Amino acid sequence: MTTETIAIAVDHLEMAYGEFVIQRDLNFQIHSGEIFIIMGDSGSGKSTLLRHMIGLQRPAKGEIRYGDISFWGLSQDKRRRFSQRFGVLYQSGALWSSMTLAQNVTLPLKEHTDYTAKEVAELASFKLSLVGLAGFEDYYPSEISGGMRKRAGLARALALDPAILFFDEPSAGLDPISSRRLDELILELRDSLGTTIVVVTHELASIFAIADNAVFVDAEARTQTALGNPRALRDSPPSEKVGEFLTRSVSVDSPKGAAL
Amino acid sequence: MNPTIPIQMPANLDLLGPDKGILTVKLHGDWAGKSDSAISPTDALLEVIRNAAEQRAESGEVVRVAWDAAALASWDSRILIAIDAALKLAETHGLETDLQGLPEGIRRLLRMSRAVPPRGERRSSRKKTNMLVLIGLSAIQVSRSLGDANAFFGQSLMSLWRFVRGKARFLRSDILEFIQTTGPQALPIVGIINVLLGVILGFMGAVQLQQFGAQIYVADLVALGLTREIAPMMTAIIMAGRTGAAYAAQLGTMQVNEEIDALETCGFSPMDFLVLPRMLALSLMFPLLVLYADALGIFGGYLVGVGILDLSTTEYIEQTRKAIGMGDIALGVVKGAVFGVLVAITGCMHGMQSGRSASAVGNASTNAVVSGIISIIVMTAVFAVFTNILGI
Repeated sequence: MTTETIAIAVDHLEMAYGEFVIQRDLNFQIHSGEIFIIMGDSGSGKSTLLRHMIGLQRPAKGEIRYGDISFWGLSQDKRRRFSQRFGVLYQSGALWSSMTLAQNVTLPLKEHTDYTAKEVAELASFKLSLVGLAGFEDYYPSEISGGMRKRAGLARALALDPAILFFDEPSAGLDPISSRRLDELILELRDSLGTTIVVVTHELASIFAIADNAVFVDAEARTQTALGNPRALRDSPPSEKVGEFLTRSVSVDSPKGAAL
Repeated sequence: MNPTIPIQMPANLDLLGPDKGILTVKLHGDWAGKSDSAISPTDALLEVIRNAAEQRAESGEVVRVAWDAAALASWDSRILIAIDAALKLAETHGLETDLQGLPEGIRRLLRMSRAVPPRGERRSSRKKTNMLVLIGLSAIQVSRSLGDANAFFGQSLMSLWRFVRGKARFLRSDILEFIQTTGPQALPIVGIINVLLGVILGFMGAVQLQQFGAQIYVADLVALGLTREIAPMMTAIIMAGRTGAAYAAQLGTMQVNEEIDALETCGFSPMDFLVLPRMLALSLMFPLLVLYADALGIFGGYLVGVGILDLSTTEYIEQTRKAIGMGDIALGVVKGAVFGVLVAITGCMHGMQSGRSASAVGNASTNAVVSGIISIIVMTAVFAVFTNILGI
């Protein structure tokens, strides 16, 4: 515990679209080498929170710090350069559709490193083989399945050996086996590279399989209502809703329905 | 015998009682399927409850409404709506209801539909607004989108400046591809349209000028009209429909697919990576397209002059040479370059600002074409005024 350093700190963050506040007073810290889950019900702004953390949407209030750097205090140029340290796996993979898989993976490498063309090509093939897509270098994203697109997106996210990986709903659209494999890959990446991993998901199976810590954002309360290890939260839930979420249970009879 | 409310066979209901304060509604027949009755099931049940409430008020006879569905042959969602409405009405009249007699399925579905209380506030956008408010809102909308357009124009200039300083990062191969699609691949349509425009202009002039025996001036009319005004404008309109719409759809789809976000988080500027090469390709190709359009338009006029007006080839060419100078051609080319930037900016802007749905991408390309064409016409008028003042 003593050697743990804080990789990301979210401090009194408020997210809003115009005047409409989605979440306020978000406060949590993510340690280096931790797998951190952002969970919450639909429409609670989980993915929006991720967009704030990776620089796609500016906070209405509060700040996000990487180490001691205030991310949104940086100029746009510096922020872009800083985000080389991230890898992001988008919900649909978000591969650049006009490029082959190999080109997708090599583009960030060519841009941000001075490796030779041969090294870049080898690295791209290696990253693709890490996600089980060896031999698919020259395919276009439209020629492969949704699950493969997602894995190729992961290969691209891994291209620069990022210190922090962000996953947006990694299991959405994957079958249970692929989803499980992805979970194992996430654990493997953390254990072998010490990568800090932030995952937005509401898949209970993967939450319990991989999470060290988690934050629960509530759509109705519009703030975080739980923070901690998901198993501990399940065993002693801080609120009824968090308990229901983590045990996949619902209170069947609402007071009004009970009359029927 | 109790009064029977006929719904029309086979769906029907009887009232039993009131017996010890309990009024039983007996449903029978087929309640599912097409409604062929003048009275809707909802109206019939509401009528029952209303009568029961009256009886209660008058004599205190009815305290509770019960249901008997033993003879109910079939039902669908409409019976749920009818019972739900009846229950709510009974509640407001303070009548008790006993649902035990209803089929299990109906009771469960009713319970499900009430499990989550309805959202308190409806969407504010559905509020009724009067004419003045609507006009005001759309005025605000217009001024906002003009502001957006200015901001986007500024960003493209910044991007261009980065390109000039060699700091813009994009794929060189992208530029070549865009040059291919906006240049050579546009030649057929630009060619056909401009030849025909030359022919049309030639005919228009021929009819009038022949009356004075001045048919030779058809060459002047065609050459001047095309090079200065019509060729650049028509080429731009074609390109707005062809390329502007394509750019908006490409970028809009990339927006839907999170590809633009991915560029951003991989450290690229979407302006430099996506907009700049498109803008460069269009503004490089546009002047060339205008020159090509000039040549083919004049050829169209020549067909009319030689074919209809019996002018000789040398006569026509000589007259054309006298009619236009380098200034006229250069004006058209400069206009073309400006229009190229306009088409690229309107196309890319609407694509980049597209929402994340299929209809949003459609709107983006529609808006790209509409605002592209409007800005081309406005710019043509501006050019006309200024060239007149400057005497070009």
